[in-house]
Amino acid sequence: MQEKLENYIEELSLFDDIMDKYEYIIDLGKRAPSLRENEKIDEYKIQGCQSSVWIIKELREGKLYFKTDSDTVIVRGLARILGDIFAAHLPQEILNFDTKELEKLGLQEIISPVRLNGFTSMINKIYQYAKDENRG
Amino acid sequence: MQSEMIRDDFAFFNHSDLVYLDSASTTQKPKSVLEAMDAYNTQYCANIHRSSHGLGNAATSKYETAREIIGKFLHVGDKSEIIFTKGVTEGINLVAQSYAKEHASCVIISALEHHSNILPWQQIKKPLHVIQTKENLTPDLEHFESLLAQNPNALVALIHTSNAFGITHPIKEMIALAHRYGAKVLIDAAQSASHMPINISDLDADFLVISGHKLYGPTGIGALYIKKDLHPLCNPYQVGGGAIMQVFYDHTEYLPIPYMYESGTPNIAGAIGFGAAIEYLQSVGYAYIAKHEQNIIAYALEQLSQIEDILFYTQVASMQSNISFNISNIHHHDLGILLDKQKVQVRVGHHCVQPTMRFLGIDGTVRVSVGIYTNKADIDQFIKALKRSIAMLKG
Ligand SMILES: Cc1ncc(COP(=O)(O)O)c(C=O)c1O
Repeated sequence: MQEKLENYIEELSLFDDIMDKYEYIIDLGKRAPSLRENEKIDEYKIQGCQSSVWIIKELREGKLYFKTDSDTVIVRGLARILGDIFAAHLPQEILNFDTKELEKLGLQEIISPVRLNGFTSMINKIYQYAKDENRG
Repeated sequence: MQSEMIRDDFAFFNHSDLVYLDSASTTQKPKSVLEAMDAYNTQYCANIHRSSHGLGNAATSKYETAREIIGKFLHVGDKSEIIFTKGVTEGINLVAQSYAKEHASCVIISALEHHSNILPWQQIKKPLHVIQTKENLTPDLEHFESLLAQNPNALVALIHTSNAFGITHPIKEMIALAHRYGAKVLIDAAQSASHMPINISDLDADFLVISGHKLYGPTGIGALYIKKDLHPLCNPYQVGGGAIMQVFYDHTEYLPIPYMYESGTPNIAGAIGFGAAIEYLQSVGYAYIAKHEQNIIAYALEQLSQIEDILFYTQVASMQSNISFNISNIHHHDLGILLDKQKVQVRVGHHCVQPTMRFLGIDGTVRVSVGIYTNKADIDQFIKALKRSIAMLKG
């Protein structure tokens, strides 16, 4: 997680112009695979975001992977980054990770903090999945 | 140029390099409003209608003067017809609880209503009838008439100018039609009052609501007009000190309206600031406002219309004071984020009209709204930012 996070932090830090940073996230969003329509159900939906965001977990050999999607391309890119950072880790590893570290990405502000912060909600969803798996 | 002088009246534009195109949500406040509120807080701060010392009298007199200013602004016959509220939302709730609950059989609304003009009627469990729209979201007046004919003693509650789509209802005609069937009419003038003169005597509305913060005044203050003839039918709402003539343990004799509805210490500074805002608006004058804003809107529409894949939901010519649109295959939230990053403040989302959005099969739009201080440079910067956003999001 730390390594991937640092890669993203480094890539994002290359952009002097904030619009270039968004261009990068939009590009990730456009290239990210979409969920099927029948996967976009409430169970996978993040509550508290202004736009719709879904995160689905997959368990392979004890490790968690995440499929993500959103109806807005920027949030899609953002969800993709988070899904990628946490992918291929044991639930306990995810739970041990200090989420404060993610603030270094400087992306919290992307999902407007109207009422509930969507960025935090996405991370919470990933944590919830890790907790569920850990419990068995 | 007058427009630059007006802009100078708003401290916001001295401090900020943002392009503010969200005046339909709330307007910026001119210095004269801030000064009037400051004067109350620093020079004659006292409670009103209670303290009979000189300071209290000074505060009461300013507060009552604000009521008079607002009464004249709306062309009402008697200043007791003006009740200070927190804003449009509270005004509609007040009418629902104090009048409609007992005296209306049902409520007829348009298909463009703000949630604030839907929820209060649900609270009093009145049947809601929605006037169908024709193409371009204009009301189907024949359907309206059939609803009136089928529902005696209805209350009709209509938005004047739509906050989400900028179109203005023909309310004078609709009020006259409703009256022919014996219905009473409430007008939500939240969006219209800052852009066009409202003449209640001429319109013959029974109830009308406005919010100070959309009229260059402070937040947390508004006004409700209730026609004098209806005062005897209106019941107490939120009760307490300041609203009474005599209190006994088993009953209370209330003061007449408006005081019956202004229990508790009101937003005194807000009311005084509201009065100052109306004086400011009048000093600029609607002749200038209408001409200036129509120019700006036309300028924006001319450029927006040239953008590929732009979607409007009503006739371009009927949009006043705000413009709502989407770009096909682009989500309005993505546009909102990128416009914001380019310093352009617009509103994206459902604009508190979810049923209307559902009817249109969308979940929101981008809305650009203007005020007396908006200039062409704002529009240029917005269009430039919009084009860049679209280029980034397309494909
Ligand atoms: C048409 C309309 N009605 C009602 C309201 C609610 O006004 P307030 O929030 O001032 O009570 C608004 C404000 O957004 C509005 O635009």
